Amino acid sequence: MRRDGEITVFDIIGPVMIGPSSSHTAGATRLGNLACAILGERPQKARIGLHGSFRDTGQGHGTDKAVVAGLLGFKPDDERIPNSFDLKGDLEVEFFDPELDGSTHPNTVVFVLTGTKETITIKGSSIGGGRVIVDKIDNFPVELSGDYPALLTVHKDRPGIIQSVSEILARYQVNIAFMKVYRLSKGKEALMLIETDQQVPATAQKEILAKKDINWVRFVDKISL
Amino acid sequence: MSFTSISELINLALNENLPVAEVIIRNESEALGTKREALLEEMQDRINIMRSSMEKGLKEAQYSPSGLTDAKAYNYEKWRIKNDDSIYAKVIARALAVAEVNACMGRIVAAPTAGSCGILPAVLLTYADEYGLEERLVESFFTAGAIGVIIAKNASISGAEGGCQAECGSASAMAAAGLVELEKLSPKLIDTAVSLSLQNVLGLVCDPVAGLVEVPCVTRNVLCSVNALSCFSMVKAGLKTPIPADETVKAMKQVGDSLPETLKETAKGGIASTSAAKKIACEIFAKKA
Repeated sequence: MRRDGEITVFDIIGPVMIGPSSSHTAGATRLGNLACAILGERPQKARIGLHGSFRDTGQGHGTDKAVVAGLLGFKPDDERIPNSFDLKGDLEVEFFDPELDGSTHPNTVVFVLTGTKETITIKGSSIGGGRVIVDKIDNFPVELSGDYPALLTVHKDRPGIIQSVSEILARYQVNIAFMKVYRLSKGKEALMLIETDQQVPATAQKEILAKKDINWVRFVDKISL
Repeated sequence: MSFTSISELINLALNENLPVAEVIIRNESEALGTKREALLEEMQDRINIMRSSMEKGLKEAQYSPSGLTDAKAYNYEKWRIKNDDSIYAKVIARALAVAEVNACMGRIVAAPTAGSCGILPAVLLTYADEYGLEERLVESFFTAGAIGVIIAKNASISGAEGGCQAECGSASAMAAAGLVELEKLSPKLIDTAVSLSLQNVLGLVCDPVAGLVEVPCVTRNVLCSVNALSCFSMVKAGLKTPIPADETVKAMKQVGDSLPETLKETAKGGIASTSAAKKIACEIFAKKA
């Protein structure tokens, strides 16, 4: 599906995926892919909290295997997904009950991922047909679908930051498709999510990170279905 | 794809004297900015994957971790080869095969969903094989897909939203439309094929045992495949229905909306709520703990 809601024939005759469920298997794999991309590297340790239908029917649907496969970088049509536990190498995996409230989407997963530099908590849901939404990164509410390449920054909430980032992107010929800023409170830290039409080159990411008051930059590439 | 009704799509094809598939390919090519050849190639790739899952399910006995999938395709095919060479039996075997490969974490093409992935390959590939129509398969999948898009826009293709009629039922209507395209019959017949096949499965509930895409999903793929083939046969013979396809789609939406939550993928009603099913669910949960 395109962002404007237009459905194509290939949304219907597709996606190509490992069964049995687009929400519980394909979507779960994509959530793992996105979480891994947000951490910026393959995690060393992953605490995985399955909620609702993900927890209740997850084993029968292979949701547990699919999220781990996603963290290993396998795509939703990778035939290695059923064997992800055997292929995870030294990735430490632990499942837990995330104890989310009843209003949370039934197909939700919380990742607590530890890499070489940091530990990040990421929450996301599988919303049908393999489509997903990451709606929380640490304490920031976000809305990241993986349908577009995306640049994420965490910066100090002050005038001029957004302009300085968009200026760098423009210089690298990266067009901004959608953009949103989320802040916890005025003047404190804010998270900016910029969905783009092109990939954001590593040099551009470096330039952005070098800007004053920008503390964290991550490029999350599009994850096709 | 920009079409929002089946009548609009068919009328355009009739006015331009083109097969429905051509109208869709042109429309998708413009909407996506993708060349026609690339679209055809992409569809062919997906058809090839469907064929692989079909062959896998027939040749390799499929067993799922829950135990609910127990090599039905493999065993049926063994029996079929000795006893029944009809196209119906072939369609049954292949619908079981793809649906079981899906249940066992094999690679499939959702069409329109994973739970209903056996229907289009079983119907269209088998029919094309049987009557030597392989060269029109890609076109038939575009027509089938377009019907799915229109159903998704006006009703639903999700079991959680509209029950099994929305998943396997939609696939059935898509397959019936695909057969009309495969045989290159008048676009008008697509309307009848879609309407008839949907009418036959209206009200079909989504009630998976233990919430897993296995029982009765795998055999519902058979039901809806055979339904597509039967409706197409009636259409080919000139039988009609007084209800236009677009109105049947609306009726499906209305039925889906009035179905209680217990019958929409929650595993709380229908077959899922039988004592046998509850016992199975308990055993699966016990295994987990």
